[in-house]
Amino acid sequence: MKYILAVLVENRPGVLTHISGLISRRAFNIESIAAGPTEEVDTTRITIGVEVEDEFELEQVVNQLSKLVNVIKIANITYVDSIQRELALIKVRANKANRSDLVDVVEIFRAKIVDVNRETLVVELSGEESKIDALCEVLTDFGILEIVRTGRIAISRGPVPAKDM
Amino acid sequence: MKMLGAEVVIECLKAEEVDIVFGYPGGAVLTLYDALFKTDFPHILTRHEQGAVHAADGYARATGKTGVCFATSGPGGTNLVTGIATAYMDSIPLVAITGQVGVSLIGKDSFQEADICGITTPITKHNYLVKKIQDLPGVMKEAFYIARTGRPGPVLIDISKDVFNDTLDFVYPETVCLRGYRSLFAGDSNQIDLVIESLEKAEKPVIFVGGGVNISGTSEEMRKVINLTGIPVIASLMGLGCIPSDAPEHLGMVGMHGTYAANMATMDCDLLMGIGVRFDDRVTSLVQNFAPKATIIHFDIDPAEVNKNVRADLKVIGDLRWSLPLLCEKIAERSLTKKQWAKAEWVDLVQEWKREKPLASSLPAGGIRPQTVIEKVSELTQGEAIIVTDVGQHQMWTAQSYNFNTQRSFLTSGGLGTMGYGLPAAIGAQITLPEKDVVLFTGDGSIMMNCQELATLADNGLPVKIIVMNNQVLGMVNQWQRMFYGKRYSHSSTKGCTDFVKLAEAMGVAGLRVTKSEELNIVLEKALKMEGPVLVDVLLPETEDVLPMVAPGGRLDQMVLRGIIG
Ligand SMILES: Cc1ncc(C[n+]2csc(CCOP(=O)(O)OP(=O)(O)O)c2C)c(N)n1
Repeated sequence: MKYILAVLVENRPGVLTHISGLISRRAFNIESIAAGPTEEVDTTRITIGVEVEDEFELEQVVNQLSKLVNVIKIANITYVDSIQRELALIKVRANKANRSDLVDVVEIFRAKIVDVNRETLVVELSGEESKIDALCEVLTDFGILEIVRTGRIAISRGPVPAKDM
Repeated sequence: MKMLGAEVVIECLKAEEVDIVFGYPGGAVLTLYDALFKTDFPHILTRHEQGAVHAADGYARATGKTGVCFATSGPGGTNLVTGIATAYMDSIPLVAITGQVGVSLIGKDSFQEADICGITTPITKHNYLVKKIQDLPGVMKEAFYIARTGRPGPVLIDISKDVFNDTLDFVYPETVCLRGYRSLFAGDSNQIDLVIESLEKAEKPVIFVGGGVNISGTSEEMRKVINLTGIPVIASLMGLGCIPSDAPEHLGMVGMHGTYAANMATMDCDLLMGIGVRFDDRVTSLVQNFAPKATIIHFDIDPAEVNKNVRADLKVIGDLRWSLPLLCEKIAERSLTKKQWAKAEWVDLVQEWKREKPLASSLPAGGIRPQTVIEKVSELTQGEAIIVTDVGQHQMWTAQSYNFNTQRSFLTSGGLGTMGYGLPAAIGAQITLPEKDVVLFTGDGSIMMNCQELATLADNGLPVKIIVMNNQVLGMVNQWQRMFYGKRYSHSSTKGCTDFVKLAEAMGVAGLRVTKSEELNIVLEKALKMEGPVLVDVLLPETEDVLPMVAPGGRLDQMVLRGIIG
């Protein structure tokens, strides 16, 4: 089962290393991890997607992470009504012959072309992971040169922020 | 007042009421050592940094205070690693202060540079790299706070050489502000009501006492619970001493080398109440088969311990200094008789197990039984000594045969199982408790791992009594080879030219030897009476096994009880 955790941490050197190190050391499986600053200058928010066997294992992940001194708060937002997004940049082969097909595909996905040259173009898409997966699959036929994805971030709907959950 | 960074460190130690540090100097900490000299701050020079950290650990275990050690950068720091990991596994409050190269040299593979924060991340509760003197007082304050509150553990502070030489107007902060750190004390008292209900319903309850009781110093409350209810008790290695070994309710140690009664009670009980235990795999063997009929109750300060190895039906999260007194109170309120708490049939049954299968030895008559050595020391010290061990068969025999009476009287590396722990830990304990008898049981393998500390012992005139249980093999390894590897004794013999008596004497420690069983009592009595440190080399047969034994992966009620003589 996949879970999403919103982890608020003190913005100190090495925190991300501590977190990822702890998770892998304890043999839990990180699916994705994305970190960035928040509305508070000294707080970083890390969104972690973990794949675990059951709720007991999730409880372990949360409890072990909570032990890190710089971790302020962990909210399990798996079952909270939330918006989830990931950003991807995909570099695809493009020649005269197939370029217009490509543009069609990009439009259907409401993605954006952000760079074009003779042989390639770069597509930008933000959305749920599954949508990005789907685009990647279609683009495979054109020939994908490289993909970069940020990993999932998530925020709950409604007025309650993760720090108050 | 303007102060050097090095002086700041010492002022902070004073503010934290640290009365002694253990350490070893070097380039990156020379300014710190200069400040020690100028302030005449108590410091013990060990002969190896591993000795310093284990000594600080022994000091902490024996007193409940926070142990402190110093080391220089690079190799000094890496020499601390085993000791830090040892303290981490057994939740010992410790602050390790290491020097680091100058700020401009950090990250460049400079001379004697090691990323000690990176190296110790998985084995510390927290660690710091201090590059600015302004951060120093705050970091010191936080480090001590983190080390001793909540579930205690080691904290490392790596301080750049520049910081020791820099100056600052020193003010020690009075409070710490750690947004994410919860040093939980009190928990949910409703959970304790539920515990009481379960206890009342139980037909076959058992209380399982662990190291948390020793660490939190709550053995008195623990004894009270047992006195009030008469419920049979089992202990982990780390929990020994909390309940007197000879208390009638005490069934002994549980697990791989647990007693027959303790292991059978675990398999048969319908309620198992773990107090400050972490359900180590040396205790549970295969988790699926552990206490299969029991409702499991778990008292612990660390929420991450609950449901980690064994799933608990009821959990009481909080400091035992909060939960155990409350438990006592609520038990007393019920005014039930002992018979109502612990049914007579159950108590009779466990007592029957205890009588029926006492600890056994596999040795033919004649040679010195290792258990006899420990029993004799137990008798001579009336269970009042601080007992320290290394790791191996002698450790298990000590756990099984010494008659412990008081909490914090058994210092042993339980979680990591560190050979070489014993001698330095005994030094740390003896320094802080000069009136106590401190006895180290060690093996011929283990003593060699930090034998350089014999010099520290002698130079400080510490009267530690060292008993080398000399079977001339790495006994525990030998036993596994005998039992599970077709008696192929690959590299487990230590028979050679080393003369432990001479080794001791060379370093200034008196040496005695016992070769025949008739000499044993006289020599042990003499050693314990002598002033100053003594090493007694006791020659034992090679083939004595630690028994009972549950084979790895076996069930606790499938014990090898008697010896298979090799
Ligand atoms: C540092 C370290 N290395 C290796 C081991 C593995 N080990 C566990 S017990 C043991 C043998 C100990 O021999 P000795 O100290 O002579 O004690 P005995 O078992 O004979 O009582 C060894 C090698 C260990 N626990 N620690």
